Amino acid sequence: MEVLKIATAGSVDDGKSTLIGRILYDTKSLTSDKLEAIEKTSKQKGYDYLDFSLATDGLVAEREQGITIDVAHIYFSTAKKSYIIADTPGHVEYTRNMVTGASTSQAAIILIDARKGVIEQTNRHFFINNLLRVKEVVVAINKMDLVDYSEETYNAIKSDFSELMSKRDYENQNITFIPVSALKGDNVVNKTDAMPWYNGETILEHLERLDLAAVSNVGTPRFPVQSVIRPKTEEFHDFRGFAGKVYGGELSVGDAVVALPSQTKSKIKEIYAYDKKYQTASRRSSVTITLEDEINVSRGDMIVKEGDLPTIDKQFTATIAWMDSNQLQSGGKYVIQHGVNKVLAKVDKIHHKINPDYSGIEEGITGLGMNDIAKVTFKLNKPIFFDAFKNHRTNGSFILIDTKTNNTVGAGFIQ
Amino acid sequence: MNKDTSHINPLENEAIYIIREVAAQFEKPVLLFSGGKDSITLVRLAQKAFWPAKIPFPLMHIDTGHNFPETIEFRDRLAKELGVELIVRNVQDSIDAGKVKEESGRYASRNSLQTTTLLDAIEEFKFDACIGGARRDEEKARAKERIFSVRDDFGQWDEKSQRPELFDMLNGDIELGQNVRCFPISNWTELDVWSYIQKEEIEIPSIYFAHKRKTFVRDGMIWSAEDDIVFRDEDEVVEERLVRFRTVGDMSCTAAVLSDAVSIDKVVSEIRDSSISERGARIDDKRSEAAMEKRKQQGYF
Repeated sequence: MEVLKIATAGSVDDGKSTLIGRILYDTKSLTSDKLEAIEKTSKQKGYDYLDFSLATDGLVAEREQGITIDVAHIYFSTAKKSYIIADTPGHVEYTRNMVTGASTSQAAIILIDARKGVIEQTNRHFFINNLLRVKEVVVAINKMDLVDYSEETYNAIKSDFSELMSKRDYENQNITFIPVSALKGDNVVNKTDAMPWYNGETILEHLERLDLAAVSNVGTPRFPVQSVIRPKTEEFHDFRGFAGKVYGGELSVGDAVVALPSQTKSKIKEIYAYDKKYQTASRRSSVTITLEDEINVSRGDMIVKEGDLPTIDKQFTATIAWMDSNQLQSGGKYVIQHGVNKVLAKVDKIHHKINPDYSGIEEGITGLGMNDIAKVTFKLNKPIFFDAFKNHRTNGSFILIDTKTNNTVGAGFIQ
Repeated sequence: MNKDTSHINPLENEAIYIIREVAAQFEKPVLLFSGGKDSITLVRLAQKAFWPAKIPFPLMHIDTGHNFPETIEFRDRLAKELGVELIVRNVQDSIDAGKVKEESGRYASRNSLQTTTLLDAIEEFKFDACIGGARRDEEKARAKERIFSVRDDFGQWDEKSQRPELFDMLNGDIELGQNVRCFPISNWTELDVWSYIQKEEIEIPSIYFAHKRKTFVRDGMIWSAEDDIVFRDEDEVVEERLVRFRTVGDMSCTAAVLSDAVSIDKVVSEIRDSSISERGARIDDKRSEAAMEKRKQQGYF
């Protein structure tokens, strides 16, 4: 069975939590005690319907304000797939959470309130999912019950959204429109009679049909070394294994490889997962590999296939999403964590700010504030081994760490 | 019934990656071991992460003194087999030192008292990372917790200023005095854990399987009456029932369920069909809607 990660995006009151609650309810994923708690609280609040948003809004502050302020993870499964939903908040000020949620997702659901249509927030939600190259986007036009299930309204919103699509950077993103009512359960899990003019899939039907291999970003194999395993026991006296996770493609025994940064060549001798030997390590598997030759490899180094090298450089330009209340300054120094590798970086140049609502760019910028997105060039104290984000979602991304607070203050996507 | 468990592979790969990051990024990590199924699963994942080397960090158990004897016996045996150091710190010592006050009455539990003992132990050993078996599907506040969750000097969780976690990248940079709680099986569900135990044929304490036990019923839940640890009114009738436990927390707050599941296969199919979530059998969460969030802010695991 496969695990599909989905990010959700929608503005306040678009009914995102209700939609997720509805999915859980209709797939019978809510256990009886959770359902009881929802019924109890709904009654206390004087609602004559079940408030499904109570299933996901986990923090006290959120329940008080009735809004979602942090990424919550929700789990459910069908006979076909396991699903992880990253429920991300839609307010402007929480863009960073949306970037976070989208960074690990292969699919996204963008909610639009049928009464309001495409609003500035929708632009942002689409922009971010496109920037992060989320392969599958479902545009759920919600609250159709409040617009009399009007086909005209649906088509008008669809056409507004299509205009946005013409501005996107990542063109191979698949976009599917579905008219729904999360509150009533129309077209979420089950088909509805309320919109006979719509013949397409429900949200769940669509997600069930997605082929995980097709929605994942496959590139070339990269093996960042997490640690060197040297048991030094009698049985494994000379064992020297490199532990890590394979990204982008697969590695096999006998593959001619190069270790970076030393650029020393060798061949893969063995691949272990626990005490079992394998011929091939598949994409995203955590393994330990040994090499034919005794070469110097340590944490943060990378093993790649010969003839398939990434860029090795002390400088690069990236689109970054700034996530901290302290400004990013031109000339500022940060730690860049690229996979498991950490290097010191200096902001060489802020080229321009990119408005995440497709309204253009701003030049002459010297600092970046929370939720700003910009094109920035960094200089590093030593080279890293990277690919362009568009070719390799893992090896083309990094996070920025503030050296004073140790906080993660930004995310970057290398050009 | 043998349901496809191949989706566990991505979860296992992710957990091993996380455990390796903990070992590489921190000076002095520890694995918090309760003897429960989640921490037993963690131990297996840690074995896999470093094989053929030994697990490079100790296990630590914060013993409430109210644990099931079967769990304690299991804990000691496992640590011995692995050849890994086992540290035990007792809530009783914190009570004797006057650091915490024992609850009394009908719903008395030592569960929340563990926090003080845990924080003291973290300070005593200067642990900078504690690996725990918490899962996001357990409870709503947990659903928001990061995989690397930074705690301040007082062990407190500031849910409003959590570090964003992007892609696979885990930022374990901290200041002296801070520590990080690390949750490798964050994305597993209860059923995933059970399916993994089944697939890997991992041994678990006997109280997870159906057995005859002296019990009494209160508030619709079944409590162990084998000893004096759970407070019992005189009019609460003790009866022998066929039960098992879904979690093996502190005896004073862990209820049993009626079950005839005597094998792991039967337990897995029972969980699959079950309609009560696992924390439904933990009285400490039922105290209030925000019970877990409050305990976490105070440094609870």
